[in-house]
Amino acid sequence: MKVHEMIQPLALVACSGQQGLDREVSGGYTSDLLSDVMGHAREGQVWITIQAHRNVIAIASLKEIAAVILVRGRRPDEETASASDQEGIPVFSTPLDAFEASGILHGLLNAATTPGEG
Amino acid sequence: MKVDLHVHTVLSPCGDLDMSPRPIIAAARARGIDMIGITDHNSTRQLAVMRQAAREGGLLLLPGVEVTTREEIHCLAFFPGEARVDAFQRFLDERLPAIPNDPARFGYQVIVDADERVLDEEKRLLLSAIDAGIDEVERLVHELDGIFVPAHVDKSRDSVLSQLGFIPPALDCDAIELSARADPALFFAMNPLLSGYPVIRSSDAHYLDDVGKVFTCIYPADDSFDAIRDAIRGAFLP
Repeated sequence: MKVHEMIQPLALVACSGQQGLDREVSGGYTSDLLSDVMGHAREGQVWITIQAHRNVIAIASLKEIAAVILVRGRRPDEETASASDQEGIPVFSTPLDAFEASGILHGLLNAATTPGEG
Repeated sequence: MKVDLHVHTVLSPCGDLDMSPRPIIAAARARGIDMIGITDHNSTRQLAVMRQAAREGGLLLLPGVEVTTREEIHCLAFFPGEARVDAFQRFLDERLPAIPNDPARFGYQVIVDADERVLDEEKRLLLSAIDAGIDEVERLVHELDGIFVPAHVDKSRDSVLSQLGFIPPALDCDAIELSARADPALFFAMNPLLSGYPVIRSSDAHYLDDVGKVFTCIYPADDSFDAIRDAIRGAFLP
């Protein structure tokens, strides 16, 4: 699944880093604790969080995260958006909460990997 | 000069009810402390009475607050003079969410006078995070000529390292604080990138027995706010 394929099902607004819309999504990780993401997220995952600080992009870049989804209508800080543009890591905003967004993403990824469907 | 720059009062919900002005001053003096920082959670409203008590008790007091940022990072901020404290209080009033305190769950949030009579009660929960990120808080503190110190950075919760993974390089910290329980040698061995920051250690006292238990030695040229800021910026652990 590509990053841009999540936009409609997750009601995403693209805030920054649009050059990364064709990146491949391998999974998802939901956490607001940056040290937890640093320790446990894996390459190609979409990171779902409420944290909008620019350190999010630093960690996303380090972990080769495919895209970041900010939940409950949070928007990236100015510095976060410009770091996202520089790194080419898309940052989205969704009105959904982390539970709903994670559930939908999980469903999308399952559908994408189940043979004989889609 | 021995300073303990992180002390709570009865106004903090988690602060013991014995943490009233005169006993705090007496406890600090009994431990040989020269200056304390009063840093209640997200409120400066106990400072006026504390200052008076410190003056009467012959102790220096650095007026401050422990802010909880949007990222749930605790940061100490200190201000020169009442006008700056009041300006920062207006910011806190605007940004603190209107979530009521439940004293049975979180503890009382009272402002007391020198004789421990309750003058007022803060109705909003002071443990909430204010609606402002750490960068915005740091900028405002410095616009008000204040001192900005991320609190207990070694802790696995409520600290800049637990919440953001590392200290943003652009964040202008006058110093960082290590908690009473930290092992500084181990901390800097594990976080070598932080060795350039000035460091203070404080008690984070919520009980009288803890006031001044942990302190930092600083060497200000005099006891003006500017001299104290310079000394904090030059504070390194032995």
